[in-house]
Amino acid sequence: MLIIDCPYCGRRPEIEFTHGGEAHLVRPPQPAELSDQDWAAFLYMRSNTKGIYAERWRHARGCGQFFNALRDTTTDHFLSTYKSGTPRPVVNTTPSEEGHS
Amino acid sequence: MSFRVSKGGHIDRSRSLKFTFDGKTYAGFVGDTLASALLANGVHLVARSFKYHRPRGILAAGSEEPNALITVYRDAARYTPNLRATQVELYHGLQAKSQNRWPSLRTDFGRINDQLSAFFPAGFYYKTFMWPRKAWKAVYEPIIRRAAGLGVAPTQADPDRYAQRYAHCDVLVVGSGPAGIAAAMSAASTGARVILCDENSQFGGGLLSEADHSATRIDGLMIRHWIAQAIQKLKENSRVTLLTRTTAFGYFPHNFVALSERVTDHLENPDLHLVRERLWQIRATSVILATGAIERPLVFPGNDRPGVMLAGAASTYLNRYGVKTGSRAVVVTSGDAAYTTALDLHAAGVVIDAIADLRTAPVGAWVEAAQSAGIKIIAGATVLDTQGNVRVRRIDLGQVVSGTVVKLQPINCDLVLMSGGYTPSVHLFSQSRGKVEWSDTVKSFVPGRSAECERSVGACRGIYDLSEVLTDGAATGLALASKTPISVQSASFTVKAMPIDTNPYVGALPQPDSQSSSKAFVDWQHDVTTRDLALATREGFRSIEHVKRYTTTGMATDQGKTSNLNALAIVAQTLGVPIPQVGLTTFRMPYTPTTFGAFAGISRGDLFDPVRTTATHEWAQARGAVFENVALWKRARYFPRANEDMHAAVARECLAVRHSCGIFDATTLGKIEIVGPDAAEFLNRMYVNSWSNLNVGRSRYGILLREDGFINDDGVIARLAADRFHVTTTTGGAARVLGTMEDYRQTEWPDLKVWLTSTTEHWAVIAVQGPRSRDVLQPLTDIDMSASAMPHMSVALGAICGVPTRLFRVSFTGEMGFEVNVPADYGRAIWEAIFAAGQFHGITEYGTEAMHVLRAEKGYIIIGQDTDGTVTPDDAGLTWAIGKNKLDFVGKRSLERASMKTATRKQLVGLRTPNGEVLEEGAQVTLRTGQKPPMALVGHVTSSYFSAVLGYPIALALIGGGRARLGQTLYVPMPNGDIKVEVTAPVFYDTPGARING
Repeated sequence: MLIIDCPYCGRRPEIEFTHGGEAHLVRPPQPAELSDQDWAAFLYMRSNTKGIYAERWRHARGCGQFFNALRDTTTDHFLSTYKSGTPRPVVNTTPSEEGHS
Repeated sequence: MSFRVSKGGHIDRSRSLKFTFDGKTYAGFVGDTLASALLANGVHLVARSFKYHRPRGILAAGSEEPNALITVYRDAARYTPNLRATQVELYHGLQAKSQNRWPSLRTDFGRINDQLSAFFPAGFYYKTFMWPRKAWKAVYEPIIRRAAGLGVAPTQADPDRYAQRYAHCDVLVVGSGPAGIAAAMSAASTGARVILCDENSQFGGGLLSEADHSATRIDGLMIRHWIAQAIQKLKENSRVTLLTRTTAFGYFPHNFVALSERVTDHLENPDLHLVRERLWQIRATSVILATGAIERPLVFPGNDRPGVMLAGAASTYLNRYGVKTGSRAVVVTSGDAAYTTALDLHAAGVVIDAIADLRTAPVGAWVEAAQSAGIKIIAGATVLDTQGNVRVRRIDLGQVVSGTVVKLQPINCDLVLMSGGYTPSVHLFSQSRGKVEWSDTVKSFVPGRSAECERSVGACRGIYDLSEVLTDGAATGLALASKTPISVQSASFTVKAMPIDTNPYVGALPQPDSQSSSKAFVDWQHDVTTRDLALATREGFRSIEHVKRYTTTGMATDQGKTSNLNALAIVAQTLGVPIPQVGLTTFRMPYTPTTFGAFAGISRGDLFDPVRTTATHEWAQARGAVFENVALWKRARYFPRANEDMHAAVARECLAVRHSCGIFDATTLGKIEIVGPDAAEFLNRMYVNSWSNLNVGRSRYGILLREDGFINDDGVIARLAADRFHVTTTTGGAARVLGTMEDYRQTEWPDLKVWLTSTTEHWAVIAVQGPRSRDVLQPLTDIDMSASAMPHMSVALGAICGVPTRLFRVSFTGEMGFEVNVPADYGRAIWEAIFAAGQFHGITEYGTEAMHVLRAEKGYIIIGQDTDGTVTPDDAGLTWAIGKNKLDFVGKRSLERASMKTATRKQLVGLRTPNGEVLEEGAQVTLRTGQKPPMALVGHVTSSYFSAVLGYPIALALIGGGRARLGQTLYVPMPNGDIKVEVTAPVFYDTPGARING
């Protein structure tokens, strides 16, 4: 079970959270202007990164807030958690010698 | 005859125990395992193998045991199959039996499989039982399952209790051999919180197998004294938790480790207040793995007969349990380790006929010790075969002389001890996602780079020398507890022990060209032989992951603890590639089989899931309601009277609503209060409808889509003020809808000034429906309920019986109807007040089943029943609800795709059965009758009921191009033939909709 550092509440166990898919996908302001292909890409295409992945979590059984996290999908270690609407932080992408979450 | 030696070991000879195995009574001592007690009684045959039903004995002394799987039972419910006899602690009155044999262990008819084994090679099942397809389920599978198998599951529910516990610590040490004890001691010395766990009943690990007369000393102490002193010191430290009989079986991300503690299985009369097992979920800052190493068996023909055993196991049985495992032994070994066994057994009076050493020129102190004890040593040895039915009685040795194998004179014996060095237990390390690497010196995979804050110490990383093991454990314990680099200078032990050259061996032993026809087993538990592995590679399997699945090697309940390395080496050798190139299969949790009870904990029976009940639950119970589960809610389904069945009760309830008045608990509907200056704009963006033009005091049926354009949820939404909406959702969708709304509010439109609050639990909702509903309610409330003041789809605030209410005029029945919202605490009182007031009007309580029929008569959909995640508003006939001038709402763009507008999409229609059948919900619909499978299907039935008010059955269905088929005859194929159906509009009752406006 992961320990997730909610930017509002601090470190909490994973059972308090729900996963919210890839982060930094913005709903197009005027969907009507998109082609079918572009709309389908927004709906379905995800990067599914092996390595450092920006994803959304919701502290559903806590403060209820959505936030973003950078997680290394190969180790499940979080490199950062940050509030929705803030830019993806720049992190050192060379994996640490060993994990501290 | 007893094979017990007169003194020594860790058993208590003053306390004798009786137990039964296969109905026969035997004696043992406190401190015995079932395996050691059976061996003390000369019982080696304890099992039949999985596939070939070959006689099997006890191979090992610990959790790696592949053969000796037995059933232990106290009664029909406390009945545990597939336990390793080597781990079952003896108690007085223990009952055990063997498995997978008929009629008895000694005479097992399944043995025929062994004679027929030429016909059962690897992949046999995949290749053979292909045709006819139907026979697989009916014939082949039941026979194979019965013949090939493990123990039988208990026939009664588990009466025991299981607990789960969370714990935190600075350092978790897994394993209490010398490395684990040293690590725990030095970590604890820093003041750290330490948990030390061991799967054994005693601390000490491999040290417990040291002979009492051994000259080995740690800090001048005899081994058992050193263990006792160390454990005593740890016990006295209040920051240390010591757990025996506790297996660390799973290692999860962020140093989360799961332990299974067996609390009562070893007790004769467990206290009923004790749980049987306790699942520990430990979050550790650092983890030290001191899981040791498992002795590696040798692969030679006939290596599975009872009496063929790991050498280290024989040492354990002798030194820990005081049991001689035979009378005449041949020891086959690749290194020094088994020499200790040979010398210990020799000293105990067992004849050692030979040590067959695989090394061409064995030398050193151990060899000299054996020679001076008069034990014959054969250099460059190999094993060609063994003989014996239910016990080994002869071994055929060979010798490799300048590259060729020559036969030696066979030796009669009743014990063959084998040792191929050790395989470090990297299971937990691998589960932690650490990377293992191949070590040529250890001839095994050892821990490489860690993924978690974790370190392996001692034998589990290939360090076997006692002095080095202790230093490794102590230095690592100190470093992890104090967060400093590891420095071996920090720890020192004075160890007196003879150095051991383990010289590990991997793969099959050399055989002459004319090899014995006996099977050479690689995986004992799954009956995988060298030939199976060779066949797999011949048939083109290259990846070890494929070979594993094809031959099932390493896939048994022991997860290949004794077999993986030899299997890898044999595959690598056959393919002519180095072992690391073949790869290693994944280690998965659990390390050893773990009971479902431990995982379930208290989540069973009434505590399996939370139960949600409404304010009228007890009232409905008292009225004899039959309940159904809707999400976590209990809802009254119908209220049978006298001898009514469901059909009769539902018909009566429906007619009451249609003719006078019904009362229904609608509390479970989800409710969300949406408040703020931008509340209407938020709803505009979420729902398909227009909300800006909804007047205060009015409500509207809202439809919520997913972004892909399909219906997600629906409900009535009322405007209480310019900036306040009362939103209802489906019962099952409440949490999901709020989550979706929060997602958009927080992440897409954070600029909107709007707040969302779940009020589902806040309001009790009492639906009063039917032509007399106004007459029932008006006397109870100060709200003007007249048709002009409160038309259909209006809402008013006021009081009912003096309790504040939000009174909705709304109908899910097609009749004039109201929904009374009152604070939940008043729900029962107001319900009873309305019910009392309604008596004069014939008010009738109704349940969800009548509600379903009434709404189906009107063609009102239920999300999830008439929709399935592929239904658009137009498919459901709800285009009218979509706001015409809206540029955007969730899902709108998807509705513009061409495929969402085709005329052939499945559309909601009604179905009538001219011959009066009630259709099955979920039944498929065809255009033509008399088809054979596979049929061309045009749609399916979503709702189907008998309508009491109409006097005939009705159904709703999703039919391809359905609205263009009104009046057509279609067919519903059923086992007894096709049912003819007629396509109708989905509204069956009061098509003009006049009744709702009464």
